[in-house]
Amino acid sequence: MENKSRRNFVKKLGVSIGAAGLVGGSSILSSCNQVETASGDTITLLTSSGNLVEVDKSQLKPAEMPSLSENQKRGRAGLPNRKWVMVIDLSKCRNARECMKGCQNHHQLRPEQHHINVLQMQDAEHTAPYYMPKPCQHCDNPPCTKVCPVNATFKREDGIVLIDNERCIGCRFCIAACPYSARVFNWFEPRDAEKYEGVTYNIEANVPQKKGTITKCLFSADRLRDGKLPTCVSSCPNGVYWFGDQNEDAVTNGTTHETTVFSKLIKDNAAYTIMEELGTKPRVYYLPPKDRAFPFQGEIEDNHS
Amino acid sequence: MEKTKSPEESRKLLDKITFDLTRSIVKRDELTHFWYFLLIMFAAVGLWGWGIQIRDGLGVTGMRDYVSWGMYIANFVFFVAVSLIGFLISSTLHLLKISWSKPISRVAEQIAIAAVALSGLIIVMDMGRPDRFLNVFLHGRFASPIIWDVTVVTTYLTISVLLYYIPLIPDLALLRDRGSDDIPKWKMQVYKIMALGWKGNAEQYKLVYHAMRVLMILILPVGLSIHTVTSWLFAATLRSGWDTTIFGPYFVAGAFVAGSAAVVILMYAYRVRYRLSDYFEELHFDYMGKLLVFVCLVYLYFNINEFWVPAYKMKTAEGIHLRNLFIGSYAPMFWSAQILGLLLPIFLMLFRYFRKPVPLTIISVFVLIASWIKRYIIVIPTLEHPFLPIQNVPEHFKHYSPTSTEIMITIFSFMAALLIITVLAKMFPVITIWEYAEEKGIDKKFLAEPKK
Ligand code: SF4
Ligand code: SF4
Repeated sequence: MENKSRRNFVKKLGVSIGAAGLVGGSSILSSCNQVETASGDTITLLTSSGNLVEVDKSQLKPAEMPSLSENQKRGRAGLPNRKWVMVIDLSKCRNARECMKGCQNHHQLRPEQHHINVLQMQDAEHTAPYYMPKPCQHCDNPPCTKVCPVNATFKREDGIVLIDNERCIGCRFCIAACPYSARVFNWFEPRDAEKYEGVTYNIEANVPQKKGTITKCLFSADRLRDGKLPTCVSSCPNGVYWFGDQNEDAVTNGTTHETTVFSKLIKDNAAYTIMEELGTKPRVYYLPPKDRAFPFQGEIEDNHS
Repeated sequence: MEKTKSPEESRKLLDKITFDLTRSIVKRDELTHFWYFLLIMFAAVGLWGWGIQIRDGLGVTGMRDYVSWGMYIANFVFFVAVSLIGFLISSTLHLLKISWSKPISRVAEQIAIAAVALSGLIIVMDMGRPDRFLNVFLHGRFASPIIWDVTVVTTYLTISVLLYYIPLIPDLALLRDRGSDDIPKWKMQVYKIMALGWKGNAEQYKLVYHAMRVLMILILPVGLSIHTVTSWLFAATLRSGWDTTIFGPYFVAGAFVAGSAAVVILMYAYRVRYRLSDYFEELHFDYMGKLLVFVCLVYLYFNINEFWVPAYKMKTAEGIHLRNLFIGSYAPMFWSAQILGLLLPIFLMLFRYFRKPVPLTIISVFVLIASWIKRYIIVIPTLEHPFLPIQNVPEHFKHYSPTSTEIMITIFSFMAALLIITVLAKMFPVITIWEYAEEKGIDKKFLAEPKK
């Protein structure tokens, strides 16, 4: 059904389009229904990764978008029998920030809104500084979901913590509760709000964003549903990210596409989770920044000025 | 209770009491109009600010992703704190049979109603999506402290209104029957309806006593929980500065300080404005002063615990937070709240002279302002120091300062609270007439007598 038609569409375009609101308005698509044979006419579309593409109108087929309630239902259920994990190799990160860019395009974020943020870290006064990409940790004991008064943020079966943008009342209690500063608020009208107008809300991509509600890293749940790696993982040019399923005990590198055994990877490299003492049980593992592939450039900002 | 008086004396005294205590209802002069004008104007400007905030988003405030709670939440905590005075004065002291507090209990109840009503409103004003307020009831989860807060705030408001209304019924009947001709017609009409056909027989009084007692007992757990739960909004998080075990009692102790100060100020205002110095006597100020010293001392004790113990250890994140309070950018606020709002008042109020109406009111103003500042520095500095560094965001994300819209809305909340208090004072006697008459030894049968 809807997957098939979209797959064809994606192939023709040669660009990757997520399950979410793929173009600037479903109305354009439905109007294209009648022009299947006409050609020479092009139309500009916005892909979910934020690229503008020109498409011949004859190529267009209306995408069958799942309805809002269907989206919500499957978004809350999650993917069966999965336990997503991420491994971040700190020795490889050179602050290219491609993950941040890709993520912001995918999730309709303004430049200051970070689902993933590359931080410059230094643990003690004389230790070596390093770069640390920090997404939401998708905690197994998430303080953020406990405090939400309306169940707008929740943890699903496959370990992903999601937000329901249609339900959030904007109390920002979850921001106060998250020790990783992983949550972001739509203080104003979200970026490109007009372009996304009329698009059915997809809870797994949290797009379109809504003014006055929360957003945060979702492990690109929409892309996982399509069998793709999260945007940040695929965008990294330096092989920093591994992503996979704990149940399968396998993680794949987003750059090299190499697949390896998850438990071995974290054991061999003495992986750790951040602020383990808080008991949040993150699903994001870090490999320590030893044998660094590059020199640290830049200055350490004062962490707590 | 004083010794029984002759009927003549009783009638005369009752007339005087009624006359004095309805002065606030009758009085309408330029100042009243001006006061109303002032309140309504500021309140309207605040509402307009809220309109802007709804249209453009919460981005019109100074809050951003790190400091995501600002002045509104500080103000919310302040109002919840002030409202707790109803619990202390009209319930606890009554139940302990401390009779000097009786004339003050309605003042405390007025403050409680206004403050708790506003605290509920502020929370809605702080929401990113106030249009979805109903979600709280549709999808409420009892795991969230916010739901506890919503529950106790509504319960507390209900009980406070009842605790205000039920002792008022005999007064309303009194006004209905004996009210002077100066009272506007429509008010008399309201009294008639609200008096619910009160006749003043012994059975009805028994009912009132009974209901009051039940309410006073009911309000104890609710009152305690309202502020404890509010403290848990913070204490339930992992943040340094909030992650402490004494937040509940700490907040409750602080609440009594703020509320007592508010009562003293309002007492003084009534005393002067409605010439009630025979009712809010020097003695009341003296006792309120003593009460204030006592609650301040308790609060001081909690403050020492709250800051001394972590300051001894200076754990990493905690240390950054504390240093910021003690010698950093919040030091002026922190120390002025501690010294001008706590230490100095305690010291001064130990002397009898400073428990006289005027000095005590001045001290109370300081105490009240300091307790607002105290709430501000409980909420904001903690958020400015998360565990992970704040990077790759615009400079104004790192520090919080309220914008004019925020200040407008905050002023709205004060004006709206004052408006509620003013309307209550203009509508109903500020002291319970029948209770007061009873204290003065007037038999109840005179209360039910129609006006001659
Ligand atoms: S990192 Fe923060 S937002 Fe993400 S699951 Fe943990 S507590 Fe929630
Ligand atoms: S801001 Fe939204 S998601 Fe966060 S706690 Fe409040 S309602 Fe829940």
